[in-house]
Amino acid sequence: MTGLAAVYRREVAGYFGQPVAYIVITAYLLMCGWFFTSGLFLIGQADVRGYLDVAPTILVFFAPALTMRLLAEEWRNGTMELLLTLPVRDAEVVVGKYLAAFTVLVVAQVLTLAYPITVGLLGPVDIGQVVTGYFGLLLLGAAFLAVGVLASALTSSQVVAFIVSFFVCFGLFLLGKSLPFLPTPLLPLFDYLAVDTHFANLTKGVIDSRDVLYFLTIVLICLAGTVHALQGRKWGR
Amino acid sequence: MATPAPASTPSAPPAIEVEGLTKRYGDVRAVDDVSFTIRKGEVVGLLGPNGAGKTTTMKVLTCYMPPTSGTVRLDGLDVVDAPLEVRRRIGYLPESVPLYDEMGVDEYLRFIARVRGIPPARRREAIGDIVRRCGLKEVLWRGVGELSKGYRQRLGLAQAVIHDPDVVILDEPTTGLDPNQIVEIRRLIRELGSAKTVILSTHILQEVEAVCDRVLIIHQGRIIADGTPDQLHREFRGAQELDLVVRGTDADAARGALGGLAGVEAVSLAGTENGAVALSLSCGREADLREAVFRLCVERGWVLLEMQRKVVSLEAIFRQLTAGEEAEK
Repeated sequence: MTGLAAVYRREVAGYFGQPVAYIVITAYLLMCGWFFTSGLFLIGQADVRGYLDVAPTILVFFAPALTMRLLAEEWRNGTMELLLTLPVRDAEVVVGKYLAAFTVLVVAQVLTLAYPITVGLLGPVDIGQVVTGYFGLLLLGAAFLAVGVLASALTSSQVVAFIVSFFVCFGLFLLGKSLPFLPTPLLPLFDYLAVDTHFANLTKGVIDSRDVLYFLTIVLICLAGTVHALQGRKWGR
Repeated sequence: MATPAPASTPSAPPAIEVEGLTKRYGDVRAVDDVSFTIRKGEVVGLLGPNGAGKTTTMKVLTCYMPPTSGTVRLDGLDVVDAPLEVRRRIGYLPESVPLYDEMGVDEYLRFIARVRGIPPARRREAIGDIVRRCGLKEVLWRGVGELSKGYRQRLGLAQAVIHDPDVVILDEPTTGLDPNQIVEIRRLIRELGSAKTVILSTHILQEVEAVCDRVLIIHQGRIIADGTPDQLHREFRGAQELDLVVRGTDADAARGALGGLAGVEAVSLAGTENGAVALSLSCGREADLREAVFRLCVERGWVLLEMQRKVVSLEAIFRQLTAGEEAEK
């Protein structure tokens, strides 16, 4: 566990000691802020719905930008060899890095709490919906970040890592939007696979264990795949 | 040599035992059925041309990759069964000296100390100690990415020994350095390795002669020679030559007289100038003929203008060995 903690600390320091985290968070807040305030001022609607509706779309960009560096750069610089010959398990490296990215996501979400607070100042706010909505955002972000970590482990190019994870996240996101065009027999399957369906339940204020399980399954599969990808060195890389 | 003699006597317990190690990448056998034992306290050089299998052997020793077949044990611990325990006892510096360029030197060392599980109370002390020993004080607050090649190498060594490991594995620790830096790094390796088992790989022969107690020559994935630099010298050639320049005699007389000395295997004429004769004697394995040659000259009334003993270099042995293998193929 000391290894996991050390990897985690190094990555968090990497995010906040460099411009990366600030740029990504600023961009995220600017985009979300625009959608939130446009709802507030143009439509005159004091509600976090606007933010929760648009956040998944923005996370599709945000998550790959955070994770693309994590493992790809270790491959590129050869530091992977040193890292994996330190007394740490491969899984500790993966989880440590993943949690560091998740920390940046949490920081970004905490900063967006300004929106529900603003709404609260203007009138009554549906606390339950805000809580489940943020819970859903964190789960969704966790899933996207796990996809990103996996993509980053598969290549030594950050650009490739970004594009691959972007497309996978975007695909999961689009599945939900494409439901009206699908033949009926396929509907239940795609409905289950789509990020939208599960996220929508949470924004309505409903916490269903099936939705939680959906996101956690993506996280687990991707992180296990990442550990497996690191083992790939063992056959020569 | 800096290494204390008792540490590397054959009675010392084995630190590393390699049996029948084979590592294959696809169809290529990078290491082919290699066996050797390294005892505690030995400084061993893995010598071989590029692509001989040195780096692969080290990657298996450090648990970066498992062997295709064969067993590798460190302090009796198998690298496949107990990789974390093995890694704890090893310090490793890969060939390209991969470091995190975006970190500061101090920050980097703190990270390594933390991953290495050095308790928080002792971290400062451990880092201070290694910074002093590796001469990193002036650059402690710089970024790793700004370091010169020499300092990078020192930082690489520092991270490999910060936790006081039993075994230090260094992959080509002096490549790409200028001659002053090479001397400096070799001195550091000798110092740091004085109480440890050290394995270093190189394709530079002087390095082995300057640093190592023992040499393993690897070629095409196999070990083709194993011994101390001295043993290798003796084993692979007549061992030494004496170059002489003598005045006061003619070539034939000199050859005849010198050839009669016990221990001389051959005398060859190198040339004559101004009435002096230059000769080269090939001598048997351990004989030191300098005194006998001198007495002979005094006896005959010759003037000995020059005498130089040459030991056949490892370089010659190395070329002989690796070229031989090539020819067999």
